[in-house]
Amino acid sequence: MGMTMTQKILAAHAGLDSVVAGQLIEANLDLVLGNDVTAPVAINEMDKIGADKVFNKDKIMLVSDHFTPNKDIKSAQNAKQIRVFANKHDITNYFELGEMGIEHCLLPEKGLCAPGELIIGADSHTCTYGAVGAFSTGVGSTDMAAGMMTGKGWFKVPEAIRFNLTGKFNKYVSGKDLILYIIGLIGVDGALYCSMEFGGEGLKNVSMDSRFTVANMAIEAGAKNGIFEVDDITLAYVNDHVKNREWTAYTPDADAVYKRVIDIDLSKLESTVAMPHLPENAKPVSEVAGIKVDQVVIGSCTNGRMEDLREAADIMRGKKVAKGVRVIVLPGTQKIVMECIQEGIFQTFIECGAVVSTPTCGPCLGGHMGVLADGELAVSTTNRNFVGRMGHVDSKVILASPAVAAATAITGVLTDPNKL
Amino acid sequence: MNFRSKVYKYGDNVDTDVIIPARYLNITNMKELSAHCMEDIDKEFIKTVKPGDIMVGEENFGCGSSREHAPAVIKESGVSCIIACTFARIFYRNALNIGLPIIECPEAAKNIKSGDDVEIDLTKGVIINHTSGQTFDIQPFPEFIQNIVNAGGLLSYIQKQD
Ligand code: SF4
Repeated sequence: MGMTMTQKILAAHAGLDSVVAGQLIEANLDLVLGNDVTAPVAINEMDKIGADKVFNKDKIMLVSDHFTPNKDIKSAQNAKQIRVFANKHDITNYFELGEMGIEHCLLPEKGLCAPGELIIGADSHTCTYGAVGAFSTGVGSTDMAAGMMTGKGWFKVPEAIRFNLTGKFNKYVSGKDLILYIIGLIGVDGALYCSMEFGGEGLKNVSMDSRFTVANMAIEAGAKNGIFEVDDITLAYVNDHVKNREWTAYTPDADAVYKRVIDIDLSKLESTVAMPHLPENAKPVSEVAGIKVDQVVIGSCTNGRMEDLREAADIMRGKKVAKGVRVIVLPGTQKIVMECIQEGIFQTFIECGAVVSTPTCGPCLGGHMGVLADGELAVSTTNRNFVGRMGHVDSKVILASPAVAAATAITGVLTDPNKL
Repeated sequence: MNFRSKVYKYGDNVDTDVIIPARYLNITNMKELSAHCMEDIDKEFIKTVKPGDIMVGEENFGCGSSREHAPAVIKESGVSCIIACTFARIFYRNALNIGLPIIECPEAAKNIKSGDDVEIDLTKGVIINHTSGQTFDIQPFPEFIQNIVNAGGLLSYIQKQD
C-alpha cells in the first residue's frame, strides 16, 4: 500500500520498509526541542530518575522564549535551570538572550530542520517545520526527557488529509488566511491524529513564510503534523540555511491512501479571521468588520517573520495608529530584528505609534508585555484565541493575518485591508 | 487497575489553557500549580475534588498546548482517570507518559453526568455508571502503552528496560 510523506519519514526513522496508519513505532530523532516552560519539567524528570547523560549534544535545541527576558523571579529560575543544564551537557544549540528568538522562528533560521528529518519539541507548535518537508510534532516534557536521554520516541503512525492547492493568493491574502479558512472548514478536531499534507500546483505561489504559518497552525486543527511537499521554493530556503549535513526529501506515493482530500483554490480565499474563543470560528473579515479593538499584536511564531512584518509595515507606513489602540510588534528572532532595522520597518512602526518588542512569546500566551484586562479585545496574528489566552478570562482575541491586523491598528476597528 | 468515585463532567474542546492557564506557567512545581487547575471554567473544582475522583469530557479533550502541566495538575489534584469521547493527541500521550490513565469511550463520556458515581475496571475493560445503572465496554490499551501505564510512566518504563 502506498505511503504518505509522513509515513515515509516515520518508516525511514524506525528502520522499516513500510508502515501503516495506526501502527505504533519507535523512531530515531534528528532533533529534540524544549523551551523555558517545558524544559524545566523535563530536566526535573531526568533528575528524578538520576539520568545524567544526553544522547547527542548536537541534536538538542534549548531556548528560553516564553517568559524572557525574565519577567519575574520564577521565570529567571527556569531560564537559569536550562542554562545550567545546557552548560553541563555542552548543548551546541542552546540560544541565550542576544542570539535567541521565538523557537519556531529561530530553529529553521539556524538550519536545524531539513526535508525528511524527524523533530520533536516540547511545544505544540513544533509542527511548524513541516514547512520544509520535515516530520515535526509537539510532545510533552516526559517525551522530551526520554528523547534527550535515548534519541528515540514512540509514535502512532497517522493517517493523512491531503490538501491540493491551486491558484494564487489575492492581494493582502496569505498563509494565515489559508489556514484559518481550513480550520473553519474542518474544525479544531478536524485533523485529530492525522497529518495535514499540502501539495498541488498552487504550491509555487505560496512563499516559505506563508508555509511556516500554515504548518504552525496544523495543531489548531488537532493534527499531529502539517507537511509541505518539497519544491524549488523549499530547496532555495534549505540550501540557504542547512549547511552541515545530508537530507532526503520524500514525496507521497501515487497510491498513498488519504482519509480525505480537499481541493483549495487560493484565488477564492479572502482575508479571514477567527472569532473568540476557538480558531475554528473563521469568518471572512468582510462579514465581521467594524468591531472595536483595544490592542493589536503583530508577530509571534505564527506571523513574526520578515514577510509578515513587511506586509504590516507597508500598510502602516505614513499613517497613525488609531487613538485608544495599543499596537505591539513581536519580531521572531534577533536576525529579523536586524533586518527590520536595516529596512526601516521598525521606524515605520514606531512613527505610526506602535511599540516594538524584543523577540519573546510575551502576550501570545498572556505571559507578559501586553496582557489584556477584563472586557478587552485584541486582534492578533498569533495562533490561539482560547478563553483567557492573552490575559483576563473575560478578554477576547480575534486571530488575523498581518494585513488585517495592520489595517485594524490604523482604524481602531476590525478592518478589511482592501477597504482601508 | 480499578477506580470508583465521583465525576466532574465537562463538555467539548476542554483546552489546556482552561486546564491550567498559561499565565501560571512560570510555576514548575506541580503541587503549587494544581491550585489553579480548571479555574477558568470551574472555580469549585479544586476546592471540592477528592483523591480518586474521575474527570469526564466529550470531544477533543486537552486540545491546545503541549504543556504536560495540564495532565500533571489534573493528576496532582487527585483525579484517578479521565474519560472522553476523544482526546487531543499531545494530551493523550502526555497523560500516558506520566502514568495517568485516560480512556476514549464516546458512549460512556456522553452518558455520564457531573456527580455520577462511576467505576472503571481497566483489567476487565468496563466502565459502570452506578448512578444510571449503565455499563460500557472499553478497548484495552495496546501492549506497549499498557506497559508504560503499568510502569507508572514512560521514564520509569525506560529505566526498567535498561
Ligand atoms: S509565540 Fe505563542 S504560540 Fe508561539 S511558541 Fe510562543 S507562546 Fe507558543
